[in-house]
Amino acid sequence: MTGKTMRGLRAAALTGTLLLGAAHSFTPALAADPIKLGVLEDQSGDFAAVTNGKVNAIQLAADEINKAGGIAGRPLELVIYDTQSDNTRYQEFMRRVLQRDKVDAVFAGFSSASREAYRPIVNQFNGLAFYNNQYEGGVCDANMIVTGAVPEQQFSTLIPWMMEKYGKKVYTLAADYNFGQISAEWVRNIVKENGGEMVGEDFIPLGVSQFSQNIQNIQKAKPDFVVTLLVGTAQASYYEQAAAANVGLPMASSVNVGQGYEHKRFKPPSLKDMYVTTNYIEEIDSPESKAFVAKFKAKYPNEPYINQEMENSYLAVYLYKQMVERAGTTDREALRKEIAKGDVCMDAPEGKVCIDPKSQHMSHTIYLAKVSEDHSISFPKVWQDIKPYWLGEAGCDLTKSDPSAQYTPSNPPPKP
Amino acid sequence: MDVGTLAFSALYQFGDAFAFLVLSACGLAVIFGMMGVINLAHGEFIMCGAYVTVSAVHAGIPLPVAVVIGALVSAAVGALVEILVIRHLYDRPLDTIVATWGLSLIGTQGTLILLGSTMAGVGTPFGSFQVGDYSYSVYRLVLFGMAVLVLAALYALFNWTRFGVMARATIQVPHMAAALGVDTRLVYSLTFALGAGLAGLAGGLYAPTMTLVPTMGTTFIMEAFVTVVVGGADVFLGTAPAAALLAVVKATMTSWYGQLAGQIGLLIAVIIVIRVLPRGISGFLLRERA
Repeated sequence: MTGKTMRGLRAAALTGTLLLGAAHSFTPALAADPIKLGVLEDQSGDFAAVTNGKVNAIQLAADEINKAGGIAGRPLELVIYDTQSDNTRYQEFMRRVLQRDKVDAVFAGFSSASREAYRPIVNQFNGLAFYNNQYEGGVCDANMIVTGAVPEQQFSTLIPWMMEKYGKKVYTLAADYNFGQISAEWVRNIVKENGGEMVGEDFIPLGVSQFSQNIQNIQKAKPDFVVTLLVGTAQASYYEQAAAANVGLPMASSVNVGQGYEHKRFKPPSLKDMYVTTNYIEEIDSPESKAFVAKFKAKYPNEPYINQEMENSYLAVYLYKQMVERAGTTDREALRKEIAKGDVCMDAPEGKVCIDPKSQHMSHTIYLAKVSEDHSISFPKVWQDIKPYWLGEAGCDLTKSDPSAQYTPSNPPPKP
Repeated sequence: MDVGTLAFSALYQFGDAFAFLVLSACGLAVIFGMMGVINLAHGEFIMCGAYVTVSAVHAGIPLPVAVVIGALVSAAVGALVEILVIRHLYDRPLDTIVATWGLSLIGTQGTLILLGSTMAGVGTPFGSFQVGDYSYSVYRLVLFGMAVLVLAALYALFNWTRFGVMARATIQVPHMAAALGVDTRLVYSLTFALGAGLAGLAGGLYAPTMTLVPTMGTTFIMEAFVTVVVGGADVFLGTAPAAALLAVVKATMTSWYGQLAGQIGLLIAVIIVIRVLPRGISGFLLRERA
């Protein structure tokens, strides 16, 4: 490229930037200024299979809200970026939505690694982020509202039930990063409290897809059931390989089926006897759930599955609407005053949910989903209104102070 | 637990790791090891083979035939890529990195847009068998057998056939081969297609055991490059001993300290080998023989 064309290009680029900037800053403030919602989700990369639908769920809720007159008369506008299953992208786009797009709230994140990557940026710019994923729990941060289920909701129900049904020897196979490690710690503690025994634990780096050695380790340890906390599409290859090696053990999980719809993706019977606690999946047979599924499939007929994260994302838009309308503003402190009243609740597709003021996490209906040999789903048990109690009991109280930290059972909040 | 059971399980784990390394690497050994094209789209050729195989099975074609179709389609795509892109970049090795990386991104994202984020699997055939306390998947033995077969076939192809001789001549001294009447452009295209087809074969063979997603190729990439780098330029004399060495390291470390240690062990082994033998194992073996 010659020097001249290079200069010409540079000048053109500069003019373009200036024009863009000008257009941006001279937009007149209207009475019905839109409320802007940043959406940072993985629409490509390793996690796309389970997170693509979250964007559709948010879009569905936004369209419904806009059709019904918006939030307090203001339209809801989505600013969507594809974070490509890449933690660095989360940081870039989080800066962009907060600084350049100046959104009022952000819906962001699938993996716990991505959440911990962007959380300091939300803190820095004092933004408000909704994390709509089930996760390992423990985030005590006034800038975050978590609508996903946490271990005390998923494991305190699941593990004792499994131990009663199948026996007390437990083996954990978990993804080797903060989610898997901390979830495994929860499982370990709950197994011990209930008089069981951990006969083995294996941690698998993200992206690993070959499991022959782990399968053999499990057979050697002879557990009564295996807790699978595997994350990402590569690791999901475990089920097929374990079934091919005829491991034949019941499995328990907080992430499978409800998140990765493995029972739809794999050929039966590789997920036979998989038990999952989830706050939502499309098979739930209630009028509210059926209406939600019908709405969703009408708008997105090609959606492969409606998982718990999609329901969380959908209801989170409505919770945000409710908070803004009650507070009369999108100001974060005003919204938190509404949360502090303890009655930010709604009737979601899963049932009634409420935001806990102390931890800004959410209560859920927890469904125990069982995968049968033909990969159909049944629900042997449903727990109503399970609260995210652990953070509050351990000493996190966001109505009083904001440590902006993540705690674990072995690293609880400091006692006051 | 008796010694026989333990020995079999160790052997099985070794064979499993060996098969994975050989099958993921053999296509790259042809394209990168032999032709010197740093092909960052190798994983996407594997993905292509896997997707075609599974689609064929869904269309009612039996798995073995479907795997062959997957390999052939990958080879055809490889030939197309060679004619359209790679051919123009043989004397610009750094540019091929950018070009193949671009192809890899287009392949992954294009598959995501066209075929969605995931595809239903076909299930692993052949069931399982029992040795002592452990049960094993029969299909894993098939994979090992295929790995050995592929190595043997490659050796025969490059040493005993006219095409093999022409391919080696073309890659060693292109202008001399051309002067002797070899159509070097055709040989380059065919060799590249062979590499792509082998990648597709790996994808097709592993497709029943894995999650089918557009990014599935990335799980093969590290092992593939590592094996080829350790092996060096010769497809058979490089890939086979490199895969055997790395499989021993990986299987041993994984069984002792878990998957993470297995990966670390693999990479440390590579660092040591290329420090001591810069031209890989085949470079060492061929110099000894010369």
